[in-house]
Amino acid sequence: MAISDYEMVIGLEVHAELSTETKIFCGCPTRFGAPPNTQCCPVCMGLPGSLPVLNEKVVRLAVKAGLAMNCTIAPLSRQDRKNYFYPDLPKAYQISQYDRPLCENGWLIVETPQGEKRVGITRIHIEEDAGKLVHMEGKGTGIDCNRCGVPLIEIVSEPDMRSAAEARAYLQKLRAILLYTGVSDVRMNEGSLRCDVNLSVRRRGEQRLGERCEIKNLNSFLHVEKAIAYEFSRQAALLEEGEAILQQTRRFEPASGKTSPMRSKENADDYRYFPEPDLPPIEVTEKVLALLEKEIPVLPDARKARYRQCWQLPSYTAGRIVENRAAADLFEAAAENCRYPLLAANLLLSALLPKLTGEEEKILIAPAHLAALADMQGEGRLNSGTARRLLERIFEQDEDPAALAEREGLFQLSDETELRVLAQRVIEENAPAAADYRRGKTAALSSLMGALMRRSAGRANPQRMQEILKELL
Amino acid sequence: MSEREITALSVSALCAALRQGELTATEAAKAYLCAIEEKEKTIGAYLSVTKEQALGTAAQVDRLRRSGKKLPALAGIPGAVKDNLCTEGVRTTCASRMLENYIPPYSAHVVEKLQQAGTVPLGKLNMDEFAMGSTTENSAFHPTHNPVDPMRAPGGSSGGAAAAVAAGEAAFALGSDTGGSIRQPAAFCGAVGMKPTYGTVSRYGLIAFASSLDQVGPLTRSVEDNALILSEIAGHDERDATSLSGFDTDYCRFLTLGAKGLRLALPEEYFAEGISPEVAFAVKEAAGHFRELGAEIVPCHLPALRHALPAYYVLSSAEASANLARFDGVKYGFRARGCGDLESLYLRSRTEGFGPEVRRRILLGSFVLSAGYYDAYYRKAQQARTLIIRDFARVLSTCDAILAPVAPTTAYRLGEKTGSPLEMYLGDICTVPVNLAGLPALSMPCGRDKQGLPVGMQLIGRALSEQTLYRLGYAYERG
Repeated sequence: MAISDYEMVIGLEVHAELSTETKIFCGCPTRFGAPPNTQCCPVCMGLPGSLPVLNEKVVRLAVKAGLAMNCTIAPLSRQDRKNYFYPDLPKAYQISQYDRPLCENGWLIVETPQGEKRVGITRIHIEEDAGKLVHMEGKGTGIDCNRCGVPLIEIVSEPDMRSAAEARAYLQKLRAILLYTGVSDVRMNEGSLRCDVNLSVRRRGEQRLGERCEIKNLNSFLHVEKAIAYEFSRQAALLEEGEAILQQTRRFEPASGKTSPMRSKENADDYRYFPEPDLPPIEVTEKVLALLEKEIPVLPDARKARYRQCWQLPSYTAGRIVENRAAADLFEAAAENCRYPLLAANLLLSALLPKLTGEEEKILIAPAHLAALADMQGEGRLNSGTARRLLERIFEQDEDPAALAEREGLFQLSDETELRVLAQRVIEENAPAAADYRRGKTAALSSLMGALMRRSAGRANPQRMQEILKELL
Repeated sequence: MSEREITALSVSALCAALRQGELTATEAAKAYLCAIEEKEKTIGAYLSVTKEQALGTAAQVDRLRRSGKKLPALAGIPGAVKDNLCTEGVRTTCASRMLENYIPPYSAHVVEKLQQAGTVPLGKLNMDEFAMGSTTENSAFHPTHNPVDPMRAPGGSSGGAAAAVAAGEAAFALGSDTGGSIRQPAAFCGAVGMKPTYGTVSRYGLIAFASSLDQVGPLTRSVEDNALILSEIAGHDERDATSLSGFDTDYCRFLTLGAKGLRLALPEEYFAEGISPEVAFAVKEAAGHFRELGAEIVPCHLPALRHALPAYYVLSSAEASANLARFDGVKYGFRARGCGDLESLYLRSRTEGFGPEVRRRILLGSFVLSAGYYDAYYRKAQQARTLIIRDFARVLSTCDAILAPVAPTTAYRLGEKTGSPLEMYLGDICTVPVNLAGLPALSMPCGRDKQGLPVGMQLIGRALSEQTLYRLGYAYERG
């Protein structure tokens, strides 16, 4: 059999840091990047005698995430202790949720290259983060407790994904929803979104799931994709050899792009979960639920549908724009007063999205300026390359793009006389190419066009220019 | 007043004497410090004596009183707390090698409350290691002797607290009660001890043994004193999520109303096999006395009680296994020397730092929570707990309180039970049901056995009915 006879089955566990000012069980700030052990107290350091008190905002944000992902919200849920020893866990147990999570049975629609796909959400629960071990050259290992007690949600998907691309699309949608709802800032480089991949391989057509491996703690979309690709080929190769897959927890090594075993099922930890006696059950009343439902903004899927209907955007373009809330906000405001909304969307997609991190609250470009750019392009006053460059310019420093184009002389040359003079000059300067064209070598036209665009600093209207050139030749 | 006279005064009498200027807080503090100096050789109630702090606080109280400032009710009253209550800047050991040199950076809520009330801190009291035990013999440092008979154990785990109060080494003490640890030593030493309703007193700063059962409470020489102290330490604390709110904390309010018209239930199961005849007799005598005082005595049944002891040992050990996991030799406390790797650091620090009883309970607790055993033990125990809660609720729906023995026997001889943990556990049979149900119970003396050892009875009430229990206890005490 070939590798193409196998398929992968992927489920993801995503940890997202909630955007609260203070920690989950005490009043310490959650700010990132403070000097070690400056944002902690007896509670988050788990000192003897200290007790946790649940931050209400954590529940509200987690419920919002659940609502945005179509989950059932438990009216009564519980927190549990997950027991294990590690120096970054001061109490030697993590307060998490075990058999009665806050949110269950939801789903997301993700944009895959093959179209839309529904991915199930098994559960969303709240928990506290652990601290950070800092290995100090020659001076042993230090513990930084600043992260201890930072609130997290863990979002567990169903094993519904079948490719790295689908996993990526799922993560992108998840991230968009977390940003839209204000549940998390999703700052990847600060570790506020981390992902565990559960992957098994089976022969195509097979119904039963294969033995799975879990790859822990991936902190970028790229690593997720690479780890999936490696793990799939590793498991498929083993199956092809007739060997069994061992249920394992594995780590991903970014340098080599490979995964390696951390521990096997036999050595799996027994976390001895039991209900946290220091905390009463979490109650979410109908009233609170109704209030939180009202706080959920228009979500990416609804926005996408609207863009397709109102402005006839293609599915892919609309899908990409709505993934970024700030970009979508800008687009909507611009499109309302624009004669060429599709051009505005394409400009946004090609010039702006690559420059965005996804963490922007707001893009500092007046919607009218984007609308004006699209209109100027649509009217033929700017060519597409110039319009893109102008958008990049006003992203750095916003101003009226018409004034900028005027000042720098960037409008397209469409004046017949001017264009003819220009064409005549280029033909004279490039006599050999002109001669080639006349002899029937049509390819020579493009070199003449190139020279023409250079001479006009990219401003010549390419369509009209070509016509004039042909005519003169 | 002589030192002996001063240390014999009740809290309320001492308050009055201080207020009226019959003696100063400094004199009171010195009297108690002298008593400690004199008696500690034979009693061993303290793990730390905070002499300077005591004298400093007393001097401050005297200064304020001279300046005519209005002082809090208990200003100048010398007291001490069990060594599992965190005291900022003062060693807090839980009577364990594990925390032998541990100095907390903050004080427990109840310690703050005592400071605000103006009490004078005498020191930290001996206990069974991490409050696990019934004789205080599990202290890693030294045993405590019963002031009634120094060859006897003071009970436990708040043995230091009961002994200090009974010996006149403190006017009052705070203990903690997870399965009887205030009530049983109070009974053994002839003192008064209250295990308040779960959630009445904040657990913030109490080093946890079993979080769903632990509760802080006072040990004193009289019912009125007990009510006075509880009034200071009870009340809502936002740092403890299990802390109750919106209840009256004036526990002296109905003290003198008498027992007349109250219904007392006498559960048959509390007088069954295993309870010494002398104890049963003394408690039944007390019931008779209550009848004379105008209370109605009603026989009752609490059949679920037979599940209480195993349920208690499963649940308390399970919670303890997690609560004590943080003592791992990494961040504070005892660390074994010369460990090559993390695993051996954990293993050896915990093996060497904890005593045998603590290790036994951690192992038991880890076992009942482990995969494949949870349903058979932990879940079953929770179900038993529900049955016990229901049993109590049924009886207390028609009665104001339940009258029962505190312990099956009077004080053990030192060393009598140390060889058999199970026998030791059986001694908790009368007290643990109350913790499982989260109810309040007042333990107080009700006579002596033939050897002259105090017998204790307990009055168990509905949740938040401490006022009724004090009222009954006060009436009994007054005769």
